[in-house]
Amino acid sequence: MGIEQKAGNMGVVTARLEDVINWSRTNSMWPMLFGLACCAIEMMAAQAANYDMSRFGMELMRASPRQSDLMIVAGRVSRKMAPVLRQLYDQMPSPKWVIAMGDCASCGGVFNNYAVVQGVDEIVPVDVYVAGCPPRPEGLIHGVMTLHEKIKQEKLKTWA
Amino acid sequence: MTEIREVSVDELRHLVSDRARSGETMLLNMGPQHPSTHGVLRLLLELDGETVVSCIPDIGFLHTGVEKNMESKNYQQAEVMTDRLDYLNPIGNNLVYSLAVEKLLDLDVPERAQVIRVILAELTRINSHLVWVGTSALDLGAMSLFLYAMRERELILDIFEMCAGQRMMTTYVRPGGLWRDVPVEFEAAVRDFLALMPARLDEYERLLNNNPLFLERTSQIGIISKEDCLRYAATGPVLRAAGMAYDLRKARPYSGYETYDFDIPTETAGDVRARYLVRMAEMRQSLRIIQQGMDRLPYGPVRSNNRKYVPPPRSEIGVSMEALIHHFKLWTEGFSAPQGSVYATIESPRGELGVFLESDGGPKPYRVHFRTPTFPNLQIMPLLSRGHFVADVVAIIGSIDIVLGDADR
Repeated sequence: MGIEQKAGNMGVVTARLEDVINWSRTNSMWPMLFGLACCAIEMMAAQAANYDMSRFGMELMRASPRQSDLMIVAGRVSRKMAPVLRQLYDQMPSPKWVIAMGDCASCGGVFNNYAVVQGVDEIVPVDVYVAGCPPRPEGLIHGVMTLHEKIKQEKLKTWA
Repeated sequence: MTEIREVSVDELRHLVSDRARSGETMLLNMGPQHPSTHGVLRLLLELDGETVVSCIPDIGFLHTGVEKNMESKNYQQAEVMTDRLDYLNPIGNNLVYSLAVEKLLDLDVPERAQVIRVILAELTRINSHLVWVGTSALDLGAMSLFLYAMRERELILDIFEMCAGQRMMTTYVRPGGLWRDVPVEFEAAVRDFLALMPARLDEYERLLNNNPLFLERTSQIGIISKEDCLRYAATGPVLRAAGMAYDLRKARPYSGYETYDFDIPTETAGDVRARYLVRMAEMRQSLRIIQQGMDRLPYGPVRSNNRKYVPPPRSEIGVSMEALIHHFKLWTEGFSAPQGSVYATIESPRGELGVFLESDGGPKPYRVHFRTPTFPNLQIMPLLSRGHFVADVVAIIGSIDIVLGDADR
């Protein structure tokens, strides 16, 4: 590990609280098990053996919003689904993040019509947009890594 | 956006029994956000203890307005929408739409394109069934099968990607043929897949077929008779598992399916296990069809030569003024289809997938309607789940293989 040498015999590691908390938040982020449409299939593929999102501490999908930190909006959000989605977001405990996966969730995609919400950012605040229709699993993983980078920049005073 | 409001039992009186109104039975809301509803299906369950008294599916959470949107696009552009209907069967959706447009225009399709269409349609069927076997086994607690099935699915997606440049939403099958010819690596990739897959299917069956937990969860659960299937217009593996050998590839052949030698797997039990067995057997039959397709794959063009409807190849545009004009006309205003209405069907992994196309003579479809298999198949949900435990509802939803994009459109 190398940490023994650093700590010497004192058993103490000095670090900034921000770094420690951000590190723990990024590496144990539990996404919500919540698929809407096509992108959900690619989200499943991202968790399966070939792409294996668990390398980044992201594999533990929780079906309950109460236990999850990250909402991956995977697919088109219809007008009927929008209030449900907002309620799920409200049920998630803070701190919470949102990834808009795919074109439909980001901006409506090819469905510019009466039924589809033109971007999920109309109803929930989005942290990372992932382009693609549907994005490749690598795309989603890159989105997650981007979110990790963003979280690592967070400051103590913004938490309050 | 509509506001969320509390719904009293009184407002649901036309849906639930009197026992629920008096508080004797409990109403449980399952979904739209539930890991086992395979998307955004909402089920309103009326429960007597653990037993389901009635089950009311509530759909429309994925209503996308595809049909309406297609009316505002010309025929080539509208095809992009079809991929996203049934997102586990994108090539099948392209195929049925192309078949309808070809029927409307009386367009010929070269032999090579027909064979490639069949190969890709069968690969899509295997792809869809793999996702199905993975997710529905996952619902029943068999985690490892999901990982195996998704591993094999990647092989199929690699083939799609080398053909179309996209993993899922390929829009590869076009009216009049294909977008382009398959690359040279296609044949080796498909042959490798064919060599590998039978052993992998054996592996899945070893994991599930005689697994006591799986047997317990699937045998005698969600039984439906052949007559009820016909009454509810349920098609596909649901109907075949109830004992009727009805498959549109045999009943109303398209793309040359009548020249392939394959069987229609059927079961008679009509329960969750029978539907599982039918789908597993179907994957083997699909492999047979793909094998035959690969053996006969002829050389030749993959697009019709009818320049009024099918764009010319890129190489011609630089040297032929006429080709340039056709290209320009087709990609700006599109082609005008003759007046009339057509209906084309294919056997999708879920059942009869049909498209009705009405043309008013202009470059855009006047009306497009999809007869999607999930919608009628979902109607049997109340019938299947009555009298079973809540945990069995999960197995039943998995077994009818719903795709909500297909039902809600």
